Amino acid sequence: MTAPIANRTKAQFTGFQAPRWAEPVVMEMGCPGRRGVVFDDAPAPDLPKGAIRKTAPALPELTEHDALRHYLHLSQMTLGMMGVSLFGTCTMKYNPRIGERAALEHLADLHPLQHPDTLQGVLELYDNFSDFLCEVSGMDQFVFQAGGGADAAYTHACVTRAYHASRGELEQRDQIITTIQTHPCSPATANTAGFEVITLSLEEGGYPSVEQLKSVIGPRTAALMVNNPDDMGIYNPDIKEWVRLVHEAGGLCFYDHANFNGVMTRLRARELGFDACMYMLHKTFGAPKGGGGPAVGAYGCAEHLVPFLPSPLVVKDGDRYTLDDDRPQSIGRVREFWGNAPQVLKAYAWARAMGAEGLRTAADISVLANNYMDKRLSEVKGVSRSNPDVTAPRMEMTRHSVEQVTKDTGCTIVDISNRMTDFGIDALWLSHEPWLVAEPFTPEAGELWSREDIDYWIDVMEHVIHEAYETPEVVKTAPHNAPIHQIKGADMADPAQWATTWRAYTRKHAKRLAAE
Amino acid sequence: MTKAHPWMANSVPSIQQEMLSALGLNSVDSLFSQIPEDHLYAKPFNLPPQLASEVALSRHLDDLMRKNVTCKDSLSFLGAGAWPHYVPAICDEVANRYEWQTSVFGSPTSDHGRNQAWFEFCSQIGTLVEMDFVGLPVYSWGCAIGHSVRMASRMTGRRKVLVTEVMDPERLSVLRNYCEPREMARHIEIVEVAIGADGCIDQNDLKSKLDDSVAALYFETPSYHGVIEGAPGTLCDLARTAGAEVIVGVDPLSLGLLEAPGAYGATIAVGPTQPMGVHMNAGGGVGGFIASPDEERYASEYNTLNISIGETIKEGEYGFGLTLFHQSSYGSREEGKDWTGNSVYLWALANAAYMAAMGPEGFAEIGRLIMARSRHAAKAIDGLAGCSVDLSRPFFKEFVVTFEGEKVADVNDALRKRGIFGGKDISGEPGADGQCMLVCVTEAHTEGDIARLVSALKEVLA
Amino acid sequence: MTSIGFLVNPYAGIGGPTARKGSDDPALAAQARSDGMRLTAPLRAVRAMTALVQMYPSVDILTGPGGLGQDIAPAASILPINALSHSASDTSALVAGMQGKVSLILFCGGDGTARDVAAANVSGVPILGIPAGVKMHSGVFARSPERAGQAAAAFLKDPDQPVELVEILDIDEAERRSGRLSAQLFSVARSPVARGVRQNPKAGGGDLLAETDAALAEYVRRMEHGCLYILGPGTTMGALKDRLGGGTLLGVDLARDGAIVDRDLSEEQLLMALADGAKARIVLTVVGGQGFILGRGNQQISGRLINRVGIDRIDVICASDKLNALNPQELTVDTGDVALDARLAGYWQVTTGPGRRQVVRVVH
Repeated sequence: MTAPIANRTKAQFTGFQAPRWAEPVVMEMGCPGRRGVVFDDAPAPDLPKGAIRKTAPALPELTEHDALRHYLHLSQMTLGMMGVSLFGTCTMKYNPRIGERAALEHLADLHPLQHPDTLQGVLELYDNFSDFLCEVSGMDQFVFQAGGGADAAYTHACVTRAYHASRGELEQRDQIITTIQTHPCSPATANTAGFEVITLSLEEGGYPSVEQLKSVIGPRTAALMVNNPDDMGIYNPDIKEWVRLVHEAGGLCFYDHANFNGVMTRLRARELGFDACMYMLHKTFGAPKGGGGPAVGAYGCAEHLVPFLPSPLVVKDGDRYTLDDDRPQSIGRVREFWGNAPQVLKAYAWARAMGAEGLRTAADISVLANNYMDKRLSEVKGVSRSNPDVTAPRMEMTRHSVEQVTKDTGCTIVDISNRMTDFGIDALWLSHEPWLVAEPFTPEAGELWSREDIDYWIDVMEHVIHEAYETPEVVKTAPHNAPIHQIKGADMADPAQWATTWRAYTRKHAKRLAAE
Repeated sequence: MTKAHPWMANSVPSIQQEMLSALGLNSVDSLFSQIPEDHLYAKPFNLPPQLASEVALSRHLDDLMRKNVTCKDSLSFLGAGAWPHYVPAICDEVANRYEWQTSVFGSPTSDHGRNQAWFEFCSQIGTLVEMDFVGLPVYSWGCAIGHSVRMASRMTGRRKVLVTEVMDPERLSVLRNYCEPREMARHIEIVEVAIGADGCIDQNDLKSKLDDSVAALYFETPSYHGVIEGAPGTLCDLARTAGAEVIVGVDPLSLGLLEAPGAYGATIAVGPTQPMGVHMNAGGGVGGFIASPDEERYASEYNTLNISIGETIKEGEYGFGLTLFHQSSYGSREEGKDWTGNSVYLWALANAAYMAAMGPEGFAEIGRLIMARSRHAAKAIDGLAGCSVDLSRPFFKEFVVTFEGEKVADVNDALRKRGIFGGKDISGEPGADGQCMLVCVTEAHTEGDIARLVSALKEVLA
Repeated sequence: MTSIGFLVNPYAGIGGPTARKGSDDPALAAQARSDGMRLTAPLRAVRAMTALVQMYPSVDILTGPGGLGQDIAPAASILPINALSHSASDTSALVAGMQGKVSLILFCGGDGTARDVAAANVSGVPILGIPAGVKMHSGVFARSPERAGQAAAAFLKDPDQPVELVEILDIDEAERRSGRLSAQLFSVARSPVARGVRQNPKAGGGDLLAETDAALAEYVRRMEHGCLYILGPGTTMGALKDRLGGGTLLGVDLARDGAIVDRDLSEEQLLMALADGAKARIVLTVVGGQGFILGRGNQQISGRLINRVGIDRIDVICASDKLNALNPQELTVDTGDVALDARLAGYWQVTTGPGRRQVVRVVH
C-alpha cells in the first residue's frame, strides 16, 4: 500500500532548499572599535598586580545588529523540527509556545535563594506537578533537580548509594545490573557513581531471559536499571518477575521511563514493583529539547527512598510551601539549586492541556502511528524490521534496517539519512551503541505528526532508496540542499588538526590561513 | 475525545479509523498485545481536568505564577550561584528561535547553524580563559568542577582533591556526589585548604597539604565571597610542582579585567555560563564550562560533547562536527569517562550571542562597572552602624557584610517588608564569622538601588 | 599511494561441498581443475569487486594474471609471476610483489589464504579478506563480499582511516587429520577498522580501545598476589601481557605477582607449572571472529588444565564491540572434552571495560 500523496507533497519533493548564508566564524567578523553593548563608564579599579589581565580577549567587535543577524542566520541554517522529524527515542513533540511565554514572563527573574514566601507560585507548581507524575506512575514523590535524563539516572545511582549506606550494605552491594538495550546513560552514570555494571545480553525473544538475570543477582546486587519497552519497540513481559527477583536479592529497581509515550496511562511503574522511575520532561512532556538541554529528568520514587532524595525538597505546610534543606539522609545536590524551573512549567502546561484523556489518546496515537509506519516500511524495498521473529505489534517505535540496500548499492543508512535531509526530513535517529542491528534506523512518530507528515517521511525514504539503486552517487554525496556539504570528519578526529576553538584552529592551521 | 486536540494531528477520529483500516484493525487495543494483562493499570486516573483551551491554560498559569514575587517586583541583592545580570534583548531572541528549540541531534549538515554557534560558544570561552580546548557546556558550574576533578583523578591516577575551606555549599555538595562516598573503591577524598584573614588561600597550609597523592587543586577567583586572589600564578606553580592539575573557577564577567587562568598556569578552567545572557530562572539558568590546553591527555578525558571545525567535501568550505576519540589508548587509565547527555546547549547559544555582542571592550567595561558599583555599595554599608565590610579585600561583584547584633534572617525579613531581597544568609558557613550576609551588586543595580538598600538597612539596624 | 593489491585464491572453498575441512591440499586443486568443477571463490570476488568499483570507480588495481585476479578485474595492472603453480606459492609470490606498491591488499579466500598472505606480507601492508573459504576463523574477513569491497573503498578514499590488529588463525592440518579441530593462531595483521561515519552524539563513550585498555589496567591492579595467571593468546591478551613486562602474542604465557614469568608454554609445561598445587587463574579473550574462547588458537589450555585450575577461575576480557558483533550473541567452547564443555556452558560475565561486564551465553 502506498498512501496517496497529498498535492503539497509534490512541491515538497522538489521545493526544499535549506537557507545558505555565507556566515563566517564570528571570530572573523567585525572591526576594531565597533560595539554591540555599552555600559556606563566607571573608573579602573585597584587590582592586585598578579591578578590584572594583560591581553584583552580576542572577541569579535560587532554592532548589536550584526550579532543578532549572525545568530539568526545560523538559526535559519538549523533544520530542527521545521520539516518533519520522526527522531526515534526522543519523542519529537510540539513545544507549545504558551509554555515559553509563561516561563519568560513569570520565571526569568526569580532567584532560587529567595525567601519561600516569595516563591509560592513556583513551589506550588513543583508540588502540583509532582502530584501529577505520582498519579501517573504510582510513586510517592518527584524531584526535578536533575538536568536531564542521564542526570536522573545518576540521581538514582546516588540514591542507591545512600540507601544501601543507610543499611550498612554499601561496601557489599557494588553492582548495578542493566541490559544491552537500556540507554547507555544507565551504565555510564552507575559507573560514575562508583558501581560495577553488569550488562545483560539479548536472547531469543528480543530481551534477556529470567535465567540470565538469575545468573548475576546476589548479595552484591545494588540495583537494576532498565527501560521497557526498549528502543526496538519490544516489551519485556517478564519485568514483574525481574523486579521480584532483584528485590528478593536486596537490590533496588529503577525504571528508566524514556519510552513512556506508548504506555502512558496503561501501566504504572510502582504497580510493576519498581522503587523509582524517571520521566524526561523535554521529551514525553512537551518541553523543548533545545539541541541538548536545558532539560529535566524528573525522578520519582516510593516512600522508602524519599529520605534520600536530593535537597531541597518542596514541602507543603498547610496552605504554604517551603523548601526543606534539613534532611540528614539526603544525597544533597546533584546540581545547584532545585532544577530547570522553566522546563517544569512548560511540561506542567503540556500535561494540563492533555489531561488524563489526552495522555491516553497520545499513547494510542503513538502506537497506532508506529504500526502504521511499520506496515508501510515493510513494503519499502530493502527495509527490514529488527527481531523479525517477534511478530506482535511493536510499541511506539521500531528499529529497522537497510542492510539489504547497503549490500546492494553501497549506500549506508548514514548516506540515506543525509539524503533525506535534502527533502526537509530531519536526520534519522539510527541506534544507540552498540549497533546490534546493522544499518539501523529508528523512527518514532508520536502523537504530534499528522498522517500526511508520516506518509511524506516514508515517501521520501522510499524515493531515496530508489535513488540508491538508480543513482547511488547522488545518495552517497548527499546532502545537496543543505547549508553545507558533507563533512569529511577525519580531520575532526585527528589531534593535530581538530580544533574546538578558533584559537586552536588558527594555531594549527596558521600556514594555510596565511596562504589564504 | 470528541474534539480534536490542537497538539495532536491524528486525534481526528476519521484519520485514526483510516490508519486502523490500513492495518486491518478495528481498535487500537490489540496493538498493545505485548503487555501482559496483569501489567495493565485499570483504575481511572485522578488528575486535574484537561485544559486544552489555550486561553484557559494561560489564565491558569498566570494565576499560579502571580503568587511569586520576582526580583523585578522587588529589589534583589541575591547572588551566590545565580546572579542578577542584565540579559540583552538579543539573547532572548536568539534562545527563543523555534529551529534551535526544536532541534535534537540532527546532523552537522542539516543543523549546521547550531553546530557553528556551538563552536563559537567554545571559541569565545577559549579566548576569555586563554585556553585552546573547550567542551560544550555541562549542567552547572558545580558539575563542571565535579567532572574536571574526576578528569584530573583519571589523568594522575590520584584520589585526592584540595579545595578551599570557603566554598559555595551548593557547589561543594555537587562535588561531594561526584567524589563518591568513602565506602566506594573509587572514592576521591576532598581536603580543605585554609583561607587566610585576607580571604585568599593560606599558602603555608596549601604547601603542607600538597604532595604526590593530590590529583588537583581547585580554587576560585573571585571566590565564593567575591575575593580576588592576588597571586593565582603562585598557587598554580605550587600545585603543578607537586604533579597535580590546577582547576580554577572563574566568573567570565570578571575576565575583561582579571587575568585569564590559562595565562597564569591553570591547567583546567571552569566557571558559570548563566551570567552571559541567561536569566536566573529560579536557578534553572545555570550552566558550566570546562576548558583546558589542547593536548590529547586532556582532550581524551572530557565527558562533554566536543565540536570541531573541519573541512567539507567541497573545497574551501567548513563545517562543524563532533571530535571523536576512537582508537586512542592511554596507558594510565583504569576508569571509564563520565556520562554524556543533555546539558544546557540552548543556553550556549544565548552565551555565544552575548559574548559576540559584548566584545573585548564590553567585558572590560562591565567589569569596571560591577567593581565600581559593588565597591560603592560595600563602602556605604560599611559606613552604617551595626554592620561592617572588610574593605581591605579586593572583591568582584559579591562581598560579605558582617552584622554585630542583628540576625541576618531578621534583617532579611525586615528588608523584604520594604520590597528588598537582602543578600544570602551565610551565617554558620565556613569563613563566616558570626552573622554574615553575602551581598551581590552588578551592572543591573543603579546608584539609586544601592541608596535604597543602604537606607533600608539603616532603618532596620537602628 | 591509493592503489590496491587484489588477489584471488580461485580454489578457496572447494573442500566445503565435499565435507573436507579445508582446501589446502594441492591435490584438491588439481582434482578440481581436471573435473571442471565450478569454483565459487571467483564469484565472491566479483561481488566484492563490484561493490568496490561502485563506491570508488577510479580505483587503481594491481593483481595477478588469469584466475588470480585479471579475469575479474580486466582493467587492472598485472604483476607477472613466474610459472603459475596453482598453489599457495602463487599467493606468496603475488603478495611479495605487491610490497611497497599498494596501500591495501584485498584477497579472496579462507584461513589458509589469509595465513599465506600474512606470511608473505613482510612490510605489514593492511590486509582485508573477502570471505570465500571453508574455514574463516581469522578476524581479517569482512562479513560479506560486498562489505569487503565497501570497506576497501572507504579505506582507499580516506588514507587516514584507522587500522587495527586482527588475528590470523588456521586449522592445524596434522591435528585435523587425526579428527581433532585444532585452530592455531598464526600471526596478526593490520586491517582497516570497519566503521561508519557516525557523528552520533548519543553514543557516549565510544572510545573502545581506551575502554579495553582501562579494563586491562584495572585487571592488572586487582591481580591476586601469589596466584599464577595463565594468559591466553590474542591481541587483547598481548596488551595485557605488555602491562606485565611483555609476553607472546600467539602463545600461552604465565604471570605471577605482576610480571610474566614464562612464555609460550605447552599444555605439559603448564601442567608442570601447577604441579606444586599453586593457585591459578586462566585469562582469555575471544579469538578470531567466531566467538571461540576455548579450543581455537589456545589448545594448550586443555581440558586437563582447566579441570586442574577450576572452571570458576576463568576470566574473559573482550572489547564490547567484538562481543556485540557476534551473531547470535553467544560464545563457544570446544576443549575436546565433551563433558567439560557441557560444564562450561552457561552465562559468563565478560569484562568489557573498567567496572563493566557483559553477560554472554556460552554454548558448546
